[in-house]
Amino acid sequence: MTTLTLSRALNEGLRKALEANAKALIMGEDVGKLGGVFRVTDGLQKDFGEARVIDTPLAESGIIGTAIGLALRGYRPICEIQFDGFIFPAFDQIVSQLAKMRYRSRGAVTLPLVVRVPFGGGIGAVEHHSESPEALFAHTPGLRVVACGDPVDAYTMIQQAAASDDPVLFFEPKRRYWDKAEVDVEGALAAALPMDQARVLVEGADVTVLCYGPMVRTCAEAAVAAAGDGKSLEIIDLRSLAPLDTDTIFASVRKTGRCVVVHEAVVTGGLGAEIAAQVTQECFYSLEAPVLRVGAYTTPYPPSRLEEYYLPDLDRILDAVDRSFGY
Amino acid sequence: MAVKDAGRAARPGKRAPDDRALAREPDRQADPAELIQLLTPEGERVEHPDYPLEISAAEVKALYRDLVIVRRIDFEAIALQRQGELGIWASLLGQEAAQVGSGRALGPRDMAFPTYREHGVAWCRGLDPVKLLELFRGVSHGGWDPTAHNFHLYTIVIGSQTLHATGYAMGIQRDGAVGDDGEAVIAYFGDGATSQGDVNEAFIWASVNNAPIVFFCQNNQWAISEPLERQSRTPLYMRAKGFGFPGVRVDGNDVLACLAVTRKAMQAAREGQGPTLIEAFTYRMGAHTTTDDPTRYRLSAELEAWKLKDPIERVKQYLIRTEQAEMSFFDEVEAEAAAVGSRIRAACQQMPDPEPLSMFDNVLTAPTAQLAAEREGFAAYLDSFEAEEATR
Repeated sequence: MTTLTLSRALNEGLRKALEANAKALIMGEDVGKLGGVFRVTDGLQKDFGEARVIDTPLAESGIIGTAIGLALRGYRPICEIQFDGFIFPAFDQIVSQLAKMRYRSRGAVTLPLVVRVPFGGGIGAVEHHSESPEALFAHTPGLRVVACGDPVDAYTMIQQAAASDDPVLFFEPKRRYWDKAEVDVEGALAAALPMDQARVLVEGADVTVLCYGPMVRTCAEAAVAAAGDGKSLEIIDLRSLAPLDTDTIFASVRKTGRCVVVHEAVVTGGLGAEIAAQVTQECFYSLEAPVLRVGAYTTPYPPSRLEEYYLPDLDRILDAVDRSFGY
Repeated sequence: MAVKDAGRAARPGKRAPDDRALAREPDRQADPAELIQLLTPEGERVEHPDYPLEISAAEVKALYRDLVIVRRIDFEAIALQRQGELGIWASLLGQEAAQVGSGRALGPRDMAFPTYREHGVAWCRGLDPVKLLELFRGVSHGGWDPTAHNFHLYTIVIGSQTLHATGYAMGIQRDGAVGDDGEAVIAYFGDGATSQGDVNEAFIWASVNNAPIVFFCQNNQWAISEPLERQSRTPLYMRAKGFGFPGVRVDGNDVLACLAVTRKAMQAAREGQGPTLIEAFTYRMGAHTTTDDPTRYRLSAELEAWKLKDPIERVKQYLIRTEQAEMSFFDEVEAEAAAVGSRIRAACQQMPDPEPLSMFDNVLTAPTAQLAAEREGFAAYLDSFEAEEATR
């Protein structure tokens, strides 16, 4: 076991991915000498060379578009989009090309391509650096969308994403980059939980709390606080947002009868809405209360001096848990 | 070879000049002498010092055959659309020489990235035209294996494929396949696409990586209803200079010039000399697609002027004038083209609709549980109608 920050765990996972497959490439803005603005690719260009760790021109559509071309030639690009809010210049290439080309080719084309996206707020950043656009991609058929919440998952899931033959949008909780945990860097990847499965982080009896990415730690803290009030929360880290591991979700809700979905993203049209609809449909007779959502208000991300009010926190989650008991 | 009418200045039907007149004169900086031509519209063979072309009678006749067949495929497809067999068709009429000339300049290991109008290139790469009809009929979104003929899928979003082509070329570099026995990529796009960010990003990526790629722009003068001057104040081939690689303008209705210019640019790319932009100066003689009505935005006189520069007629005149072909040759080609036309017509008419459940195939490399459940549910739903039928 090695103590690693989430950022370092990703770095070690990427190193393993580059070692595991000679066709794997890293490409993005400032990923080379600088090692990325969050140092996730630190040292990789030095060890794997400029042909495999590519500092690209500053244009996101170009990054994804050329990565698709490299994938067509047999390469396995792992692209970095520097910040969540910068993914939109590449949105067309991701949605219209990356997600659809296999379908267009009736299975002839395989695009093993990872798009890494640091996402979420809480770091006091300027506009466009704190967004949570994951639902836009989960809404798009042809993509896998995952989010890691802690260093252990960061280390294994980035390797699983790199090994996937499907395009993967890989969301990294940027405010958790400095969180530390013990990571088994010697363990076999095959033994790790597959990236399309949810994990029951904390077992509980009263309320199912679903979360991912930066909210995983917040929800784990909420479970401890709620236990002090005599409420038993079951915390599930979804990990995969597309597809959703509905087996794990439904089993938990059938047990607890209550469900709260927590994410930083805007609740309107968000993943919480999709989950609420599916849980209502499949667990209707088990529910003691409507599925509640905790997330951002339907406003753009506010100036950072307001973000502590905007972002879901421990109290907002506990408030939703309390409301869930009010029915 | 200087050609007086290379520019757009003589284009009939121009609106009265106003304060934006400058913006409508995209060719005011173009040197007409820079239009590379090896065969005049009258069918006269001319030389260009930079593009010597040794070509046998058999090779010219083969190009003629390609041109005629490709035009026939296009005619057949338009007719099929009019008869309701195709949903839509994007005609290549007038652009046969640009496509056949460039398409025949490619080696088997080179990779081509088309738009949705490259039916002539598809023909040169050996893709069955029936596959193209599938797409426009609505039976598939393309559905061919790009590696089968080194001809990528048609790309409908304008300009997107130029980035894929550039990335593919970067892969060639990483494979060490640049050099004497190298490979290269050709990316097709039109004049309208040059306004897209993706095309400009592709130019940048190709340039800073010195990627083995040829950007082949068919400037057919019209992006649906918008004339070139709505896209550019600069002649398109000149843009390359700003990106740091050579740009040339070729007579896009001259199959020999298109062949020679593309060959040279592809060879340079294969040898590691980096990208070239080729602007094939041509004309979209038909509508943008079968749903378009060009009479709303351009004058027929313009079309009539370009008919005099027809890409096929000049080859025929050249072959006759130089006595390289008997009249029977032209009859044989016509007959072969008609046979191709009949074959694809029959294939189109007999093409079955895809099975409803096939819409669930190939979303990902393996279906997710959700998708499998959706498929199962839809199958049961469909079966419920059959069960109902059976009990009647």
